[in-house]
Parts: sequence; C-alpha cells; structure tokens
Amino acid sequence: MSLDVQRIKKDFPILETLANGKRLVYLDSAVTSQKPRAVIDRMVRFYEEENANVHRGIYELGEKATAAYEGARDSVARFIGARSSRSIVFTRGTTESINLVRFTWARANIHEGDEILVTEMEHHSNLIPWQMLVTETGAVLKHLPIDDDGKLRIDLLGEYLTDKTKLVGMNLMSNVLGTINPVRTVADAAHAVGARILVDAAQAAPHLAFDVNELDCDFLAFSGHKMCGPTGVGILYGREDLLEEMPPFQGGGEMIREVWADHATWAEVPQKFEAGTPNVAQAVGLGAAIEYLEEIGMDAVREHEMQITKYALDRISSMGATIYGPKDVHERGGVIAFNLDEVHPHDMATIVDQEGLCIRAGHHCAQPLMRKLGVPATARASFYIYNTEEDVDALIDALEKSKGWFI
Amino acid sequence: MVHLSLEDLYKEVILDHYRSPRHKGRLDPHDIVLERNNPLCGDEIELFLKFDGDQLAGLSFDGKGCSISQASASMMAERLQGIAIKDATDLAGGIRKMMAGEEEGDADELGDLIALKGVVKYPVRIKCAMLGWTTLLEALDEAGKGTPS
Repeated sequence: MSLDVQRIKKDFPILETLANGKRLVYLDSAVTSQKPRAVIDRMVRFYEEENANVHRGIYELGEKATAAYEGARDSVARFIGARSSRSIVFTRGTTESINLVRFTWARANIHEGDEILVTEMEHHSNLIPWQMLVTETGAVLKHLPIDDDGKLRIDLLGEYLTDKTKLVGMNLMSNVLGTINPVRTVADAAHAVGARILVDAAQAAPHLAFDVNELDCDFLAFSGHKMCGPTGVGILYGREDLLEEMPPFQGGGEMIREVWADHATWAEVPQKFEAGTPNVAQAVGLGAAIEYLEEIGMDAVREHEMQITKYALDRISSMGATIYGPKDVHERGGVIAFNLDEVHPHDMATIVDQEGLCIRAGHHCAQPLMRKLGVPATARASFYIYNTEEDVDALIDALEKSKGWFI
Repeated sequence: MVHLSLEDLYKEVILDHYRSPRHKGRLDPHDIVLERNNPLCGDEIELFLKFDGDQLAGLSFDGKGCSISQASASMMAERLQGIAIKDATDLAGGIRKMMAGEEEGDADELGDLIALKGVVKYPVRIKCAMLGWTTLLEALDEAGKGTPS
C-alpha cells in the first residue's frame, strides 16, 4: 500500500502558501508538523457547535463537549493499543507528561542512592526532569552510551542496570539521529531488575505504528502537535495499576471527588491527573489527527518515510555532508541531522529559507548529544507524509546555493 | 512584506572577515579572557583583552560558529585595537542600538561596521552579530572597566 502524497499535500492548506515568494517546502516536521484541514475544521466545529466545559454538563451542550473530549481519549487509546482509556492522561505535551511522572510516581518511588538510567540521545525533556529529581532526592543519574553509528550500546545494559535502578527513561525514536530504539529489549531488562520504564514517543508517535503492550512500557509520553494535531495537548499513557496508586499531580478542580475545608479525596484515573479545565478543543483536534493518520494507515506512513529518507540520505551524503545516526532506513526514521564542511548550519538555514525551505539548525534540544558528536550544532531536515522526492531535490539545490556563498 | 535579499546579510566585507578572520587566536599576555556562546545556534566566542591604562592595548578572539558571529567578532577586533576603552564601549552601545532598530547607524562613525546593519532584517541572526560585542561589554565589566549603563 503506498501513499498518495499529491492528494495528501492538498489536505494541508499551509502548503499552498508561499515562503519568501517561493513554494513552501516544509522540512521541519520533527519540531512540529503541519495541520490537515480535517483537524483545523474539527476544532472550528467544536468551538462553533459543541463548546462547553467538560464533565460538568447537566445540559446537552456540556454532554456534547464531554463526549467529544472523551471520544478523543478513546481514539488515543486505540492508536497506541492501550487496553483502556483510563490509561490515557491528557497533558499539555510530552514535557508535561514526563514531569507528571517526575512529580508523582518518581517522587514517591525514587530515593537517595536509587538510580535512574537515561540514554545519551535523550531530548532535554527526558533529561532535565531527572536531573532535577536527582538533585532533590540524592538519587543517581546514569546515561547509557551510544556507538559511532548513533545506536544504543545495548551490550552495556547489564552493566548500567543494577538492583538500584528504579526508572529507565528512553526515547523510541531519536529527534536528532533518527535512531529507532529497541524499547522492548530495554523494558525486559529493566523489569528484570525491578525498574519501571518511561518511553518518550514524541518523535515516534507521528511516524511509527506501535503498541504499548508489545513495548511493555510502564509510561509513554507524546505530543499532539508533531502528529498533525494542535499544540497544547499531549498524552501520558500509564499502566492502569501504576496510575491508580500514584498521588495526584496538580491540585484544583476536575481532579477531586469530594472536598472539605481542610482535606479532599481524589477523582478516579485519569481525571485525578487532569486538574483544571483541560485543553478540550486541542484534545478533540488530536482525536481528529489520529483518525486522519489511521485513515492513511501508519504502515503506509512508515513505508513512505523510509523511501524518502533513503532518497534524502543518498542525495545529502553524495554532497559530501556528514550525516549523524544510522544509515540503514530500517533502523531510523525520517529525521536527518547533517553538516556541510563549507557552510555553518545557521547560515545554511538562512540561505535555504530564501528558497522557501524550512530546515532546523542548532542543538535540537539535545546539547549533551551534540557534545558527544563533537559539534556545536547541526542542520536537520525531517520528513512527513506531505514531503516528496521533489522536496528533497529542492533541498539539495538550495544547499548547493548555500555553498556558493562561502567558497 | 519586505523582500529580503541575502546580499544585505552576506555583504562582501562580512564574507571577507569570515574567510580571513583578523586577530583570531590567543592573545598573550592578556588581562582578561571571557568565553560566551549562543547555545541555541552553537556560536562560541572567546575574547582576550589587554589593557594599558584607559586604552584597549590589544584584543583578540577565538571561536567557532556561523559567518555572522565570527565576522562580527573579527570586525570588532580589527576596529578596537589600541583605542580608548570609552570609545570601544560607545561603539558597542551604538552597534547594539543599531541592531535593536533604535538608531540608523552613522556610516562615517561605524566605517566597515555599518555592513552589520543588514543583519537587522534577519531578527534571528541579530544574536549572532551581537555575540562578540556583548562578550566585550561583559568582559569590560568584569575587569572593572565598564561604563555603567
């Protein structure tokens, strides 16, 4: 099953706009994806026809809003293979999802001398919360190394996981190297020493089909905005029994069962973790994004991205660029970090912008990884369902032009 | 929409300083050295200053980064050799105001440095152009030679 990119492109109104007078070529979907009309329209329809607060509705409109919001939760559960929608907590994004675990499960379960294992290729959002936690608790933070190909040193797992390890934090797909990581292998090893595993799926969820039960993860976090959904909504999946025993996150409305002047009891999961009025329209928009992706089929998405990534890897490397991360498209997703000797990534991004291309330049919220790679910054092009080989050709032409400025 | 032209940003004098940076490398002996970076884009500048009373007897820089950050530091180093510290801080203040769009920038006073004006049209690159200058002002402050602003 292959995907009809020309038809898909038409679903994204922004791709019909111009950038610096040129056809917009958006190659920065790893930072945020563009939004299809179905998602935009769904959110407009929510505001025009269903808007009310959720879980309060005595009136019909409130029931409609609640149904839309909870329907989105069901879609999320289905998308990641969760057994129950009770495992799905709406948050503001991946970062908030991870911080939720830090302030609830981790505070209750990680103490002085305990260990947290992350990898050398984590986004700051799955690093800083744990740095802060170890400062607070006296726990120890360890980093599983990567090899020269940008893959995890799974052979060292036995050394890095100890009976003191309480939590492993890792991504399913690296936002810099594109590496697809063997989460299940790590989960099995983590569970064998009694540790829990939290998966950052922010980069994977838009591009790969996965099932939380097959991954056997305890927690999994991702964001709506990288997968055709709006900003301001993210997901924390948690194993239901873990969510049940965890203390609440923020306090306020929505998350309570009964309140007295001096104490309160908590709502059932997942509402226990959703204090205050949630981002209802955004959650509904994410639900629409999931339905949009399901219609295309995540296997078709992956197949398309493997094709375009292979083409781009070939063309970028034939320019003499240094490419970071695995070279085999079966081991990586459609995010390519690279450098050209002749042009600093920051100059590159400015120059290709003049040709209508959006690429990223910088440290990609992974400064320790940049240090490991020995570069202060890289350029990064990332692909999604609406990108074509023609977009890659436009990138190569623009990169050649950028070289011209510095010869 | 203002049409941007890369020629405004990558002026020949800027490209020349990027290709052949002046006063690049360690300055020994020096009175103060300060390293600063723009973590977002990975530009790095290390600035070496040597004083002689109220004069800036010597200035050199080391670093890596984009053309704008490195060329701006090189142009600064060339311009500030042997001038009064007060004149250097005035010049840095003038560049800062030009970058903020508060002043047009006096071509006679700025000389080659007026080439940096093109950066104003590229807001995300202003930090690159300013890195050397803000490092200079911070270094002067640290050495107790800064002017209270």
